[in-house]
Amino acid sequence: MSTFATLKIRRGGHGEPARWETFEVPFEPGQSVLDGLRWLRVNKDPTLAMRFSCINANACKECMIQLDGETVYACTARLEPREMTLTPLPNKTLIRDLVTEIAPPSERFK
Amino acid sequence: MTFEPVAIETDVLVVGAGAAGMYAAIEASRGGARVFLVDRSLIGRGGATVMAQMTVAAALGEEVPDAPRHHYDDTIAAGRGLCDETLAQLLCEDAPACIRELDAWGVGWARKDNHITATTAPGHDRARCVYVDFINTGPAVSKTLRTVMARNKDIRKASDICVIDLVAGSDGEIAGAVGWHVGSGAPVTIAAKATVLATGGLTRLYRRNSASLNMGGDGYALALRAGASLIDMEFVQFFPIGHLAPRLVGMDPIMWDPFRYKLGGRLLNGRMEEFTSRYGSDEDGKYVLPRDLATYAIFKEVEAGRGSPHGGAYLSFEHCSAAALRAAFGPVIDRLAANAIDLTRMPVEVAPIAHYHMGGVVADAQMRTELPGLFAAGEVVGGTSGANRLSGNAITEAVVFGRRAGRSAAAHAKTIARKDLRAAGLRAALDLVGDGNGAAPDLNTAAMIVRLQAIMADEVGPFRTAAKLDRALAGIALLADELGERPPRFAGGKDAGFDLQRLEWFDLRNMLVVARAVTQSALARTESRGAHQREDFSQMLPDWRRHQRVRLAGGVLQLSGAPAEALSS
Repeated sequence: MSTFATLKIRRGGHGEPARWETFEVPFEPGQSVLDGLRWLRVNKDPTLAMRFSCINANACKECMIQLDGETVYACTARLEPREMTLTPLPNKTLIRDLVTEIAPPSERFK
Repeated sequence: MTFEPVAIETDVLVVGAGAAGMYAAIEASRGGARVFLVDRSLIGRGGATVMAQMTVAAALGEEVPDAPRHHYDDTIAAGRGLCDETLAQLLCEDAPACIRELDAWGVGWARKDNHITATTAPGHDRARCVYVDFINTGPAVSKTLRTVMARNKDIRKASDICVIDLVAGSDGEIAGAVGWHVGSGAPVTIAAKATVLATGGLTRLYRRNSASLNMGGDGYALALRAGASLIDMEFVQFFPIGHLAPRLVGMDPIMWDPFRYKLGGRLLNGRMEEFTSRYGSDEDGKYVLPRDLATYAIFKEVEAGRGSPHGGAYLSFEHCSAAALRAAFGPVIDRLAANAIDLTRMPVEVAPIAHYHMGGVVADAQMRTELPGLFAAGEVVGGTSGANRLSGNAITEAVVFGRRAGRSAAAHAKTIARKDLRAAGLRAALDLVGDGNGAAPDLNTAAMIVRLQAIMADEVGPFRTAAKLDRALAGIALLADELGERPPRFAGGKDAGFDLQRLEWFDLRNMLVVARAVTQSALARTESRGAHQREDFSQMLPDWRRHQRVRLAGGVLQLSGAPAEALSS
């Protein structure tokens, strides 16, 4: 069994052409996709933009992204030892990489 | 890339949108103020409140007779002689009104026989702690306050605003703040007649912690740099039974506390022996052990080679039936099953985890800080809990202090015609937040935060020595040198939206000064008391029944000791 998860991530800012980047991150059973993304930022590329706050608790609902085309919370989706495709939410305005505008309109800065 | 700063003008600025900040915003608007409420994350979602799955202490007296003075006595006893009595009194006296107001707003406190029901958390002399089932207290409080705000046109809300510095006005009073909008990168100036800090604590400084990412001590750093004092910074509360293993996703690591309230549970060492009686408290299947003692007992068992495989203790509910577990925790049992945890068949491993900070900004009973125009609310306020916080008092403190701060800030704002941010302070802050001559964005800020968390966990944890604390100060100084004086340029070039590295630079700027404040205060306190345990000074000493204060002067942290106020009768 592979001991790596391969994260294929759609990157780029608002209005920029999208680019795909692929990273291998160590895999341990039980880990979340967010664990993989946090490892990636610390060890490979701190410029990756993502939202997360409560880290583990499924409380803040900030880490919503798409995994293989399905909307998930990165903190509860399990990391798996295979290629996993991560993309920003398609129905929200893209800010950068995996970050979209998810605050309700009345709670946004404008 | 350069931006024209966005200029905001308001009566009351509230920094931080957990329960304290949201309650302050609501109360300030009731006092006739226009409010601008900002959060570094999303409104009502990024602070500690949303993660608080446990209980809220208030002497409602609905099931058993109770009064605020009994709640006060327990709060003072937990604080090991170091509580600020004025703040503790306010906390206990105003708690029932806030709990009932939240009830009227529809928070949904658990009820029995048509009244709000309460449980007995450790350290309380009777059932006093209300909650929302199933382990949903914090999310319910957050959602309720957001809903109340949604109906209020006088409260303007802004997510993703990182405040970098408070700014004084031409009269010397705090007149607002400078920050930037993380979503776009744009600098923001906020002129305010009164400002409320409601930024929470500092648990993000530690490797394993129970709060959100944005609890990096922002408010402490903002207050320090503006010239205010912090108090009791050495007292970091560790929650003794944070989840350790097996890997558990989708649950708050402090979730075992409500399990213990309802079901007791047995704390066992690596040899499956009960051990807390060795440290002065026999649990006997009930949940009575105070937090500081439990933390000590688990650390000492691990040190003696009797820890669980991952370096903690076992917590067992194997004596409970599946039906009893289901009745107490309903859907939570399914979430555990999804993590392959069956409590009827296996213990889990737990270990102490950074949970709360007793210290913070000096404030009076009106939530005024030492700086005119600046107020504080919630965990950012120091002194209320002394050396050890009583279970259940954190959300209480958020709502009680939030309400009081909002009221005081609105009243203060009424006395002021208009605030202008003084040019000098404004320029310095705008220069920092702009993208002028910053370094190339090649700092690995994410890795630096991990390094700081390791230093704090290993050297400034619950058990301290002069040698460990000296090592910590050296490590913190190295990180500060690496960080430098200016944030990196935007990594995305023309695209300045959500530059997480740059945000982490500003986070580290705050985290490092706060880490120094904690470590220096811990080094100076040559005794053991509550959450501060010195292995080289193991006794609690009467002479040390004193608060230490920290101020920043010319970039240097200055420590001073002040005697605790005499106990009021």
